[in-house]
Amino acid sequence: MSKDTVADVGMNRTGIKTSPIDSKDIIQEAQRAIPSSPGDGQGILEVRKQYARESGDGLGHVPPPSSLKGMAKTAVDMLKGSKPTVFIDKLGERLAFERTGVRLYEGALSKLDVYGSWEGGPSRELLTKILDDELGHFALLIESMEKMGADPTAMTPSADLSAVISQGVPAAISDARTNLRQCTEALLVAELTDNASWELLIDLARGLGHDTLADRFQLALDAEAEHLLLVKGWLAAGVSTEARAPMESAPTPAP
Amino acid sequence: MALDLFQEKGTPLERQLFTWKDMVRRPYSKLDDDAFTRTRVILMNGIEADALRMKHLFARLNRELRPHLALVRRAEHHQQTMVNWLNPPDQTPLETTLGFEQLAIEATASVAIHEPDPYLAQTYRFGMLEDFDHLYRYSALYDRLEGKDPNNLIQSYSDIRPGRPTSVEHRHPLDDVRTSYDHKTADPLSKLHAITITASEFQTHDYYMTVGPFFADPVARQLYAEIASIEEQHVTQYGSLCDPDESMLEKWLLHEAAEVYNYYSCLAYETNPHVKAVWQRFVDYELGHLHYVMELFKQMERRDPAEVLPRTLPEPLAFKEHREFVRKVLSQEVDMRSNGPDYVSRLPEDHRTRVYQAQLNSEGSPSETVAAGYQWRPGTELAAKAERMGSVLEGRRLQ
Ligand SMILES: [Fe+2]
Ligand SMILES: [Fe+2]
Ligand SMILES: [Fe+2]
Ligand SMILES: [Fe+2]
Ligand SMILES: [Fe+2]
Ligand SMILES: [Fe+2]
Repeated sequence: MSKDTVADVGMNRTGIKTSPIDSKDIIQEAQRAIPSSPGDGQGILEVRKQYARESGDGLGHVPPPSSLKGMAKTAVDMLKGSKPTVFIDKLGERLAFERTGVRLYEGALSKLDVYGSWEGGPSRELLTKILDDELGHFALLIESMEKMGADPTAMTPSADLSAVISQGVPAAISDARTNLRQCTEALLVAELTDNASWELLIDLARGLGHDTLADRFQLALDAEAEHLLLVKGWLAAGVSTEARAPMESAPTPAP
Repeated sequence: MALDLFQEKGTPLERQLFTWKDMVRRPYSKLDDDAFTRTRVILMNGIEADALRMKHLFARLNRELRPHLALVRRAEHHQQTMVNWLNPPDQTPLETTLGFEQLAIEATASVAIHEPDPYLAQTYRFGMLEDFDHLYRYSALYDRLEGKDPNNLIQSYSDIRPGRPTSVEHRHPLDDVRTSYDHKTADPLSKLHAITITASEFQTHDYYMTVGPFFADPVARQLYAEIASIEEQHVTQYGSLCDPDESMLEKWLLHEAAEVYNYYSCLAYETNPHVKAVWQRFVDYELGHLHYVMELFKQMERRDPAEVLPRTLPEPLAFKEHREFVRKVLSQEVDMRSNGPDYVSRLPEDHRTRVYQAQLNSEGSPSETVAAGYQWRPGTELAAKAERMGSVLEGRRLQ
């Protein structure tokens, strides 16, 4: 049976104190054995440096502008002395992240169906609103990339990297064994990234003279700031509710 | 440049040397490299895995061959390592999965087109429509689980749409066993084809069985379980095309020839220079294996390898899109079923395969659930939703 709380006492075998006798024995044996090679953890970093120097083109490139208009814009930006592909790369990153964000909130809503919420926790209405915001941000970025003459369907290197960085977020939400409170931990990671990344994108847009875009991005950031506040609040309320709950009295999921 | 299998001796086994640094190289780029580079790496990893698998099986069954098998097998293992480690770490298991299915579609299509035996060609077309469907199901999963566009990997080479629905691919085991070619009369190309596709399907199966449990989402876990079962059927199907009356050494000889043929095909199409260097090196290594086994064949079986092997290699396997061919087969053969080794247009209601299928699907069908109402479009199905919604941000929405 699924549980609403996650921190009850039970059999967890991972710690050293689980096996007082065996642990004493294996600690002694580990100390007695001499390593087969001298040195320390630095060796791993040395090899990493060697491979980094040979890594060629890194993760990949930003695709060339997909329209004549885009090429013209790119040329103008280049004349102004800036590298427009940096902006395209970052737009692509934000686009991918916002799109994934929609799937995250779909997942959170499905947890709400199973577990219900808690005092100070998320409501269906608010989760849906945030989901719509993420979708709206995704749409805004499609439009922005098209305006720049870039292909909004391309996976840019930054989009790829941010997916690598946040791989665990969708996994935490789609795992059948995590409850809604645990999912808000994952949403927090996403919203923190959302906020910092929009800030950076706005600075970049202003620096390149894309002021109209920057103004619209500011509206997105305003929404993200609210998302973050909400998620932090839900999480805090959820954790303290759990901390106050009597031992072993975990409510089972709503039918 | 038809490669002469008897003239070209390749690299002798004792000079097939590796280091860890050499085996672990710069991977291809998920973003920049051609989708077919990914499929070639996936294919050759599968071929090498099969080289190991076959040699281990033979070693269990034959004392005399054991030392020879151990020697060549070690080289195969290190080849497999170098090839498989070309996959980049930012490519997730699901993204690699899309590569597996794309390979299965395009390689099987090429084989089906070039296969001289009509029954074997029919078998390849039959299986191809199923892997074609898998690409669609996994695409829906990729889109719906993580909000990502499968075409970032597929690169517009292959169609993303239903084939023979996975839910009806589940067959009674006896309806997956096919009639083999006859090793005395079959065209050597037919033998190379059967070895290649069996190896590739086997690796697909093993890959799904390895990565399936890493997924968190229950439908993803179910879908890998379901499609892995079809890949097991595919291994049963394609594996049964090979003649069981070939001797072990004859099978071994053919397998090495298939390895040469596949590396040679990869070499003919490769666009990434770093990867191409690997294909070139391994064409030579495989020629070395082939000649090693030719010697054994002469000594132990007192037979002439020319009885079994073609003098020169056939036209390379085509690493290109086959959409027109696939669509034609789809429109003509999607409803085809199998009854034992035979292909039929329909099965009676009480057929063993229907009973088997109904049982497996009786608690729901993951492949139907994952792709319910799914139509791929550029930028994921959320792009359609976003378009309907419009990108106008009416100020602050949250109160
Ligand atoms: Fe967002
Ligand atoms: Fe957000
Ligand atoms: Fe090999
Ligand atoms: Fe498949
Ligand atoms: Fe298959
Ligand atoms: Fe080999």
